[in-house]
Amino acid sequence: MTQNQIKVPEAPSIGAMLKTSIVGLQANNDQVNSFKVQVKNLNFYYGSFRALADISLGFPENQITAIIGPSGCGKSTLIRTLNRMSDLVPRARVEGQVLLDNENINTSDVDVVNIRRRVGMVFQRPNPFPKSIYDNVTYGPRLLGVRNKKVLDEIVEKSLRGAALWDEVKDKLHESGLALSGGQQQRLCIARMVAVEPEVVLMDEPCSALDPVATIKIEDLMRTLRNNYTIVIVTHNMQQAARVSDYTAMMMMRPDRAGEMIEFNQTRTIFTNPHDKCTEDYVTGRFG
Amino acid sequence: MSVITAIKLKKRTSRWSELVRRLEHGDVIFRLLTLAAGMLVILAAIGIGFELWQNSARPRAEFGFDFLVGTNWDPVIEDFGALPFLYGTLQTSLFSLLIAVPIGLGIAIFLTELAPDWLLQPVGFVVELLAAVPSVIFGLWGLFVFVPVVVKPFAQFLNGTLGWLPIFEGPVFGPSRLAATLILSIMVLPTLVAISRDVFLAIPPSQREGALGLGATRWEMITQNLIPYGLSGILGAVILALGRAMGETIAVTMVIGNNLDLSASLLHPGYTMASLIANEFTEATTDMYREALILIGFVLFGLTLLVNIIARLLVWRVARRIPTESRA
Repeated sequence: MTQNQIKVPEAPSIGAMLKTSIVGLQANNDQVNSFKVQVKNLNFYYGSFRALADISLGFPENQITAIIGPSGCGKSTLIRTLNRMSDLVPRARVEGQVLLDNENINTSDVDVVNIRRRVGMVFQRPNPFPKSIYDNVTYGPRLLGVRNKKVLDEIVEKSLRGAALWDEVKDKLHESGLALSGGQQQRLCIARMVAVEPEVVLMDEPCSALDPVATIKIEDLMRTLRNNYTIVIVTHNMQQAARVSDYTAMMMMRPDRAGEMIEFNQTRTIFTNPHDKCTEDYVTGRFG
Repeated sequence: MSVITAIKLKKRTSRWSELVRRLEHGDVIFRLLTLAAGMLVILAAIGIGFELWQNSARPRAEFGFDFLVGTNWDPVIEDFGALPFLYGTLQTSLFSLLIAVPIGLGIAIFLTELAPDWLLQPVGFVVELLAAVPSVIFGLWGLFVFVPVVVKPFAQFLNGTLGWLPIFEGPVFGPSRLAATLILSIMVLPTLVAISRDVFLAIPPSQREGALGLGATRWEMITQNLIPYGLSGILGAVILALGRAMGETIAVTMVIGNNLDLSASLLHPGYTMASLIANEFTEATTDMYREALILIGFVLFGLTLLVNIIARLLVWRVARRIPTESRA
């Protein structure tokens, strides 16, 4: 185990408040103002099937929160409600509140496009567009109307540096993004997202298609991104959650197959002194 | 020694039994059959071209390359030129694509990106049904319903408002190149829709998620991601449609008016190579006349071949510029 690598969050007040389990958390809801994103009583239905049951959870600002749990417990479903990517699922219905800066984004009158610009997403498999590296990074800024070549050049350099990819690609910016290796492609996708300057970064198992070396690079990158963004990562890899995250939410499947959140706490606590027996069994590798 | 090893050893000792085994299991036979099927296509194409060339020696000797630019077609004095037909074929097929491509792409995009689930199957089915309607039915319907009810009023409107443009010059006729163009655009629609729909369906959902996740609207996703991604496939669909439009015979013959005409106007009656052959083949009494018609066939054959080669090159260039397979 690599607990000694876990960074203790700088703000002790948030840590103190979150030290309690989810029950305490809900009780203290109105005192906690530093949640960038908050989910309240969220239920998710695929047709008549309930995939998420009464999820309530907050994601602290400028921290990395990992969502862990066995396959099929609704981790990806949950993360996709945070930027309304869940809209793309046919016959899906989301009930409850998703608060971004205390504003509910789970309403029909909200501008989804704007939400997705504020809440960026990195996917399971790298999905660069079949365009040049340069065009991949400038895709978002161009949508926002940036046309000035000089400005775009600056954005490209800044974003690629931000994604720790600049040195590897600076001489081939106009070559296809698909010619890069898997790990580089994923960092290109991060650069592409960073270029639109989101406030929150969602990562849905960003390393599951990558080799260990590429994985470590992405994890290092996440630690730097943490200074500017609120990061939520779904991962199957418990060591990864332990290595990179500040907070961890543990999800489980109920007997009716709906996903529920059973424990939320500082990552250190989840991995060393979990309150819930299920969490303990899961993080110690007894199942999952 | 295991049984399997024993069998392998035994088999290897006898070349005859090895041959029998291969024949029994069909590998050789199957390969030969598929090879023969593949060869048949090439032979048929070469055979057609060769026959058309062989049987058109007389007009080739008489007119040479002037056949392509000759504007007269007079069987009585045996003066034959292909230009009016070449022009009619190209004008009607290109204009029909101009109309059909945006509509076909629109239908395909609607079906794959926007339509609710329950609408996808029925609309797809109707579009494919359209492909199964015999072209003579299109011709009949065109002649008796479409031309008088839709084409003629539309032509009068075009002539009235945009008559100063050469392509909408009067006088207005019912049967015209416009009628042929419109009929053709309906007829090539199923090809366009079916292929481009499959192209869009084959684009991985991760591309859509990537675009939408960056704050693209659906419109931006479609125009900036999906269409560029599927461009080579879409071009393929357009080429197939163009081939269909250039070769279409009966429906066009019934509505185009069959008139030698080289004016720019779409509203005038015209003639295509395919409809000329269909109309006059039974009347071709002299060798020269018959062979001139065959030469027209050869020109049409060559034109479709040329269009296909150009299109292949285009698709190939586009496909090379936009790699679609991710290495990861």
